[in-house]
Amino acid sequence: MSAAVRQPNAFVAAPLAGEAGIGGSLDVRGDFPILARTFEGRRLAYLDSGATSQKPAVVIETMSRHYREHNANVHRGVYALAQEADAAYHEARRRVAEFVGWDAKTTIFTKNVTEAINLVAYAWGRHNVSAGDAVLTTQMEHHANIVPWQRLCRETGAQLRYLEVDQRGELSLEQLDAELARGDVKLVAFAHVSNVLGTIVPVAAMTERVRAAGALSLVDGAQAVPHMPVDAAALGADFYAWTGHKTCGPTGIGVLHGRAEILEEMEPFLTGGDMIASVSFEGATWNELPYKFEAGTPPIAEAVGLGAAVNYLSGLGMKRVRAHERELTAYMLERLSEVPGLAYVGPPEAGTRGGIVSFTIEGMHPHDVAELANRGGACIRAGHHCAQPLMQRLGVGATARASLGVYSDREDVDALIDALLAGREVFGLDG
Amino acid sequence: MTDDLYRDYILEHYKHPRNFGEDLDPHDLQGLEHNPLCGDELEVQIRIKDGRIDDLRFNGHGCAISQAAASIASEELKGMALEDVGQLNADWAIGLLGIPVSATRRKCALLGLKVVKGAVTGDNGWPVSDGYNS
Repeated sequence: MSAAVRQPNAFVAAPLAGEAGIGGSLDVRGDFPILARTFEGRRLAYLDSGATSQKPAVVIETMSRHYREHNANVHRGVYALAQEADAAYHEARRRVAEFVGWDAKTTIFTKNVTEAINLVAYAWGRHNVSAGDAVLTTQMEHHANIVPWQRLCRETGAQLRYLEVDQRGELSLEQLDAELARGDVKLVAFAHVSNVLGTIVPVAAMTERVRAAGALSLVDGAQAVPHMPVDAAALGADFYAWTGHKTCGPTGIGVLHGRAEILEEMEPFLTGGDMIASVSFEGATWNELPYKFEAGTPPIAEAVGLGAAVNYLSGLGMKRVRAHERELTAYMLERLSEVPGLAYVGPPEAGTRGGIVSFTIEGMHPHDVAELANRGGACIRAGHHCAQPLMQRLGVGATARASLGVYSDREDVDALIDALLAGREVFGLDG
Repeated sequence: MTDDLYRDYILEHYKHPRNFGEDLDPHDLQGLEHNPLCGDELEVQIRIKDGRIDDLRFNGHGCAISQAAASIASEELKGMALEDVGQLNADWAIGLLGIPVSATRRKCALLGLKVVKGAVTGDNGWPVSDGYNS
């Protein structure tokens, strides 16, 4: 591979080197009530955190307490209860922004990452992208970071181009340079961590090049923020999106961070209540940031829950979370290699990937693999993982995917391996 | 060991599916269907004679349940009148399969019937049961 491809690894390895003295093992399973469940007497081995994370008791209880004690609508009430709700919502935004090193004022609550990306595609894209321009994304994106750009480009006559994924499951900075040199790229949208390959993308090296070319960058951090320290400002992204439910928080809340100058210039996405400064029968003026982009009653209890979730994760320390998951990823890769006929996609070293491993087993369809894993209590996903173009690129119809969370441990991985080996017997693959 | 779901005959059909291939020449009808849940893809070619299915071939990839269901159904479909094919429902396909099919695997079991009915009737909907339509 070329030097340009190696560079990402060096970049990724650097901050991890400082973790050498940090204990690689967390034991927080007891913080997550659902993990006490058993299925037909078997311990729950939840290995689908890439789809959604489980929730610690502190998140569940904080949301419950909000509804029991502090519930009122925000931004309007003068009574004491409404002020409590306002304060809780405000504090949640402050914590969520701080968690990834961003300003609260330019931290917008959305429904999820999909809505965050659609917000940018509509509110920024429709006014800044036109025929003759290009939007650049990559072959490893989730549908959420492809379809909004396809639609934008179809509507504006702009061109959508894709950075290729190589055999290691990585992108090439040389190809990015070549694409940017064409001079027509307005925005580059890419994932921080691939939801299929697990690849950790060298975000800072990418955004630096994008900025130098006069384009904007949008980073989908859905699979990064829950699993490693992220300083979105230091990474140099113009937009950075992530979601609550993968980050030990509730569903129904996502986060979009945007650079202030860009957000100020943008038109609103959805319009209606809460996002206006004044309304007459003739027209309206827009509220200040971040409220300009939060039309209607926001997900208040969800914001409070997400605030509790990032507090919980900060308490564990994201460096420790990453060290724990990195060590467990190495263990999972090692144990998976014991299963005959198993092949996985993405980088082979735990140091350059997140805790997501997609794999196939010769002679068994991924759907059957997931079914047989379930018999050992192991919850894994099978399918295209909302990344059909990547599946085409990999030349597979589907894969099975095991993904780790902060609460995952070796016993979870062992349960999966035992179930896969037993599954091979069911399919008569060992005789 | 007897497995409720992966019974010997299911795995037998999965490993050696009947009437699979893409070499039915000539054929009168063809269809292609996907199961968006798992990325499965199944294609069918059908030859018609005197208003009946004279011969057919499936082609594609899928899990043991979807492949076995198509394979088993293919043996029943040969010789069936087209108007009868149009009347086939989910219960027929799942009954033929002869194993308990959970809600999540239902579409796997029905993909073969879906593609055949789509080719014959033009109706591309998922086959439904006599009772609850899901």
